[in-house]
Parts: sequence; structure tokens; C-alpha cells
Amino acid sequence: MHIHISTQDGIPLYQQIVRQFKNLIASGLLEPGGELPSIRILAEQLLVNPNTVARAYRELEAAGFVEKRRTAGTFVTDGPSPLARREKMRLLMDRIDALLAECHQMRIPIKDLEELVCQRAKTYPSKSTGEHGS
Amino acid sequence: MTENILEIQSLRRQFGETTALDGVSLTVPKGGVFGLIGGNGAGKTTLIKHTLGLLKAQSGSVRVFGLDPVADPVGTLGRIGYLSENRELSDWMRIHQIISYTSAFYPNWDPVYAERLRSDFDLDPMANIHSLSRGQRARTGLLLALAHRPDFLILDEPSSGLDPVVRRDILGAIIRTIADEGRTVLFSSHLLDEVERVADHIAILHQGRIQLSSPMEKVLLDHKRVQYRLPAEVDRFPANGIWLLAEGFGRDWSVVTAASTEAIHEVTKAMGALIQSIEPLSLEDIFVARITAKSSAGETGS
Repeated sequence: MHIHISTQDGIPLYQQIVRQFKNLIASGLLEPGGELPSIRILAEQLLVNPNTVARAYRELEAAGFVEKRRTAGTFVTDGPSPLARREKMRLLMDRIDALLAECHQMRIPIKDLEELVCQRAKTYPSKSTGEHGS
Repeated sequence: MTENILEIQSLRRQFGETTALDGVSLTVPKGGVFGLIGGNGAGKTTLIKHTLGLLKAQSGSVRVFGLDPVADPVGTLGRIGYLSENRELSDWMRIHQIISYTSAFYPNWDPVYAERLRSDFDLDPMANIHSLSRGQRARTGLLLALAHRPDFLILDEPSSGLDPVVRRDILGAIIRTIADEGRTVLFSSHLLDEVERVADHIAILHQGRIQLSSPMEKVLLDHKRVQYRLPAEVDRFPANGIWLLAEGFGRDWSVVTAASTEAIHEVTKAMGALIQSIEPLSLEDIFVARITAKSSAGETGS
């Protein structure tokens, strides 16, 4: 599991952490029941203020992605939550919006993009669990 | 009800003809990390020296823990840990000597903690101060600033002049220690990446004035870069009160603003312009925009 922080793009650091954990959970790289690193450890690893990590964890907890357990650890929520699906759709929507903006910039009609997406989908294995190239 | 650790009101300081601080008002709330950013000569160190009671306010007031640090150094300095930019240390001592020497000044000195920091920081007790590397010097200074468990930790450019590896190391040490409950950290730097990582709240000091003081998150969310396409070519971006900085030529302009999205759209409509994009800004971009906006305000060029 790797979280990457950038101070170049103006997105608050806690939001970057939240987004990346959501991605890790949505993609299954962090499985239900899996434990997140402690606030202290992650803060030292990322070299960020522990309050920032704490804030990100609170946000993830409020969104139902993770839960605090009595042992003081933070764990990925068991079972598929409806929130997780909604979140997956939202993540995709963000990417699609960015893609549409780029199309607009390059003056490529949306129809061509649709075609391209279908074309690319055909080259992709139909059951895409775990197998991907990053 | 939040308590303030540091309250500065209309502080002015002249050194001869030079105005170092020009009516600075600043409040540092209890808890968290406060980043004071500004270029070289912005007045950061002068401000910190007032906080430590090393300089007396010529006009205005400085209160630390509600006390005047000049009148009551015992009540203030004993609760402050300070790492100076130049990390002055007595060069003729060995590490163990400077630790025991410094401990004598602080009734709250925690020898067990000091020893733990010494071993965490990998400092040889028998090493001579004058033979230490810059990084080891910085770590020694940090140890001395921390071992009496101060309520208020002041770090003046803690990583200036250090290579990236040692800087990470010092930053890690700061992060480990700021987690301690209730501690407040004031941390000055011109390294904005570092400030963004560590600070909860920032203030920008420029030419002796505070240009901005706000929670980090708010600073990042408030500032935006708007890419414009204007209806006609202009030599200068139309003034409308919400821009901090405008760059570009002809019909294409890139503008930095801290205005709300609604205000931006309203102004845009009035100009008959088209917004190409609205993007977030890094702290560095915000800093540059704030400083450029202020220093070019009196000039005729853009």
C-alpha cells in the first residue's frame, strides 16, 4: 500500500489522503477488515502533521469506509457498503469529467470519445479483478 | 473558548531607517502548528525575537501565555523551547556537556526524554559540538529545545541550509514531537512544501506586514487560478477588486483570486468574458501571488 502526497497541486493534504484510501478500498487493494496504519506511523512516513492524517481518518470513518475498533486501530469496514458503490461511481465521475474537459480543450467530439472508450473496453479482460497494470 | 498562546498587537520595530515590523498583529491559538512564512528579510526572525523577549516592542504589544515576555522572562521563557536559525551552540562543549548545561536552566527538564531524543537523533554524547555536521547541529538544537517539554515550541527556519535527507530527518523529528498533546508550535520557514506538510495555520509576513493569516485548509480552498478568454484584446486585465494577480496578454489571461465562486462568476458576466478553467493553487503559487500583488500595488507596471 502506498500513499503519495503532493504539495504541488493545491489540494489540501487530508483530501489527498482520503481520496487515495478510497481508491485503495474501492479497488480492493485494501480489503474489508484490513488495518490502516496508525496515525503516527503514517504521519511520519508521509512527513505530514498527524492532525492531517487524523482528519483524513475521521472523514473516511464518517463516510463509512473505515471503522475504529476498541483496540484503537482503524480498519476497513466489513462487507460491501452502499456508500462504497456510490463512492466508486463518484470516483469514476471525477475522472470522466476531467476527460471531457480535455476533449473539449482538444476539440474532439464526445462521440469520438464514446467510441474510443468502447474500443478500449474490448481490449480489456471482461472480469477485471486484481489484474491491472499500475 | 480557545486560549491564545501568542498575541501580538500593532507591533512596530525600526532598526535605524529600516522598518522591520510595520504594525504586525498576529494571534497564535493554542495547539497545532502555526507556520510563519516569508522571504529573507521579511521580518520573521525579528518577530520571533519579540516573542522571546529578546527585543522590546517600540510600539504595540506582545503577550505570550498572556504575559509580557520582556517584563516576565521567567514566566514565559521557561515554557518556551526555541531553535534559532543559526543554531548557536557553545562550540567548546561536548554533546553530553551541553545537555547537562542547558538542563540547569529549566526546572522541568526531563533527563529521560533528553536521553531518548539523543539516541533517536543518533547523537554521540562524547562528540565535540564544533565537529558536528549541520544536520547533527540542528538535531542537537532541537533536542535542547524539546527536552524540557515546552508548551510552546518556536523553530526559526529549522531546516534552512540542510540537504534534503537531513531536512526530512528534522521534519520527521518535528512531526514526532508536535504530536504531544496540547503543545503549540510556531515554525518559520521559506520552504513552502515543508510548511504545507506541517502547519495547520499559516501567516504570510512580507515587508514587515502580515499579508494573510488563516487556517491552511482555508488558504488552499480560497485561492484559485482562473483562466480567462476576454471578449477583446487588452493590455492590462480590467481592475475589478477581486484579483490578486493577473498574468497574460491579448485575450488570454490567467488570474489569481481568493474570491468566492459566485463572486467570480458575477464579475466574469459583467466583463462578458469566458472562463476556460478554475484550478486550485499550491501554497507556493499563493505565496507568490500574495507577495507580488502587494509589492506591485504602488507601481504603474503590471
